[in-house]
Amino acid sequence: MFYLSVLVLLPIMACFFKASTLSWNEFWSAVWTERTRAAYSLTFGASLVAAFVNLFLGLLIAWVLVRYSFPGKRIMDSLVDLPLALPTAVGGLVYASLYVPNGWLGRFLVPLGIQAAYSRLGIVLVLIFVGLPFAVRTVQPILEEIDPETEEASSSLGATRWQSFRRVIFPALLPALITGFALSFARSIGEYGSVVFVSGNMPYKTEIAPILIVARLEEFAYGEATAIAVVLLVISFSMLVLINRLVRWSRRYAI
Amino acid sequence: MQSERRQAQSDPVWMKWGLTATATGVIAVLVLIPVINVFAEALSGGIGVYWRNLFADPETRHSIYLTLTVAPIAVVANIIFAIAASWAIVHFEFPGRTLLTALIDLPFSVSPVVAGLMFVLIFGLQGYLGKFLRRDGYSIMPYIMAGIAAVAVIAIHSIMQHRQLPSANRKSHSCVIVVLSGVATFAAVLIIQLYFHIWPEHQSLKIIFATPGLVLATMFVTFPFVARELIPVMEAIGPEEELAALSLGASGWQTFWRVTIPNIKWGLIYGVILCNARAVGEFGAVYVVSGHIEGKTDTMPLRIEKLFQEYNLPGSFAVASALTLLALLTLAAKTLVERKAHAIHTRGAHTRGGIR
Repeated sequence: MFYLSVLVLLPIMACFFKASTLSWNEFWSAVWTERTRAAYSLTFGASLVAAFVNLFLGLLIAWVLVRYSFPGKRIMDSLVDLPLALPTAVGGLVYASLYVPNGWLGRFLVPLGIQAAYSRLGIVLVLIFVGLPFAVRTVQPILEEIDPETEEASSSLGATRWQSFRRVIFPALLPALITGFALSFARSIGEYGSVVFVSGNMPYKTEIAPILIVARLEEFAYGEATAIAVVLLVISFSMLVLINRLVRWSRRYAI
Repeated sequence: MQSERRQAQSDPVWMKWGLTATATGVIAVLVLIPVINVFAEALSGGIGVYWRNLFADPETRHSIYLTLTVAPIAVVANIIFAIAASWAIVHFEFPGRTLLTALIDLPFSVSPVVAGLMFVLIFGLQGYLGKFLRRDGYSIMPYIMAGIAAVAVIAIHSIMQHRQLPSANRKSHSCVIVVLSGVATFAAVLIIQLYFHIWPEHQSLKIIFATPGLVLATMFVTFPFVARELIPVMEAIGPEEELAALSLGASGWQTFWRVTIPNIKWGLIYGVILCNARAVGEFGAVYVVSGHIEGKTDTMPLRIEKLFQEYNLPGSFAVASALTLLALLTLAAKTLVERKAHAIHTRGAHTRGGIR
């Protein structure tokens, strides 16, 4: 308890305390400039898009892993966890080099007009990469637990495959899907290590909020950095509360 | 698996293979190709160049060394904390118990950059403790060390006392012993340190832009991992076996080593593997507190970034490949432990842990 309060509570309190030493005007002018607004909207926009994509990918991959058996399934199952184990800096580095014009994937994409390196698309891609395990791993156990008899019942009552998916399986999975969405969204908002490689960090264009904090810090503008950090902190706290609610809800729903 | 599936659950063949192919494609593009690419880029100049990139550059070498010091310290500290916290959560009812469980998850949702910033605010030169530490930092070290030792002794004592079978008349007696032993430890450790001049006097203690800051930031970011794994395992096991051991006459320590540790072993290893992977790879928090002093405070991920900024791609890919190798090993170890734990425990302990 002591360890926890020293390591976690004290720093957070310091952060809020520092922010409270700023006057309201200073605080406001730090967190609400055109540059920060661009950064917030990019952070949220990219995180939202990435979380949405992960919602579908998570469902797809979990479905394939639970329902089908095919060669290489085990490898695929463990590869899903790789983004968790791989340092984010490595992820960012690779994504940056894959999508440049002479990279492995950029070679095919750039002639088609798809610029994934040093662009917003690149940010979304790494965020998908980083959030993928969360989306898959929340849906997978719930999908495993669904009783085959519910599906049998629905099909014996004359439902088509699609109907029983939509009416029976999907509602049971919905809480898990939302939880996975929230988890990968929360992770994306705070993500820094991988994005810094891919984005190119152009102000107003490909600068996310954490990068902005670092930029302020490097100018030794601690007050402004703290102000932006407080905004992010408040957002992540509310995400945490929301996720806890969702997890509890989905557990109750599943059993 | 397929034979167990009931008919109502089987999809048409085209759908099965279509979905499988799509999922495989997604994994390949998102995960597999990047991993292969790391090694391909790192080895593009041949083995010799790779080796030189990794070990000939003194700064890179130092970054490897630094990562290998910071990560184990953080992991060990977190193991101790996790065992204590999960034990307390499962065995006692105390005020703030739900708060504690909520706080454990907190670092997951705090952006690493913000975490680093918080430590800069406290320990940095303009921070709350920074000025004092900078002026005369080591003067408080003996007290801190003695305090930590005393708290540890008291904690161990009270846990062990608590684990004896309840007997009413020993309660007040044991309380005095605990306090006395705590005070004695504090005094002993303090005197030893002062007597032997362990800490240099009148010298500044750097935390930010130095190794202690890196350790602190890494600890903050990684500390939920072990605790999250242990709490469900401990909850699933419950205190019955320990009580049985105690009632058969085992001492507190014997119970801990012979009953508690074997029971939580796999959960613990699993948590440590995850924690270590994160500790080695942590970037955001470390980036803020390190200050990028070349050859001094660059950990491996920071070294990757620096080499990348210097357009030394082969070099940064060489470091990245070492980390990727570690990540793959982590995955292999994790799968192995999962299977072992699966065989030993019934399911349930890991459904929660698997998420993160």
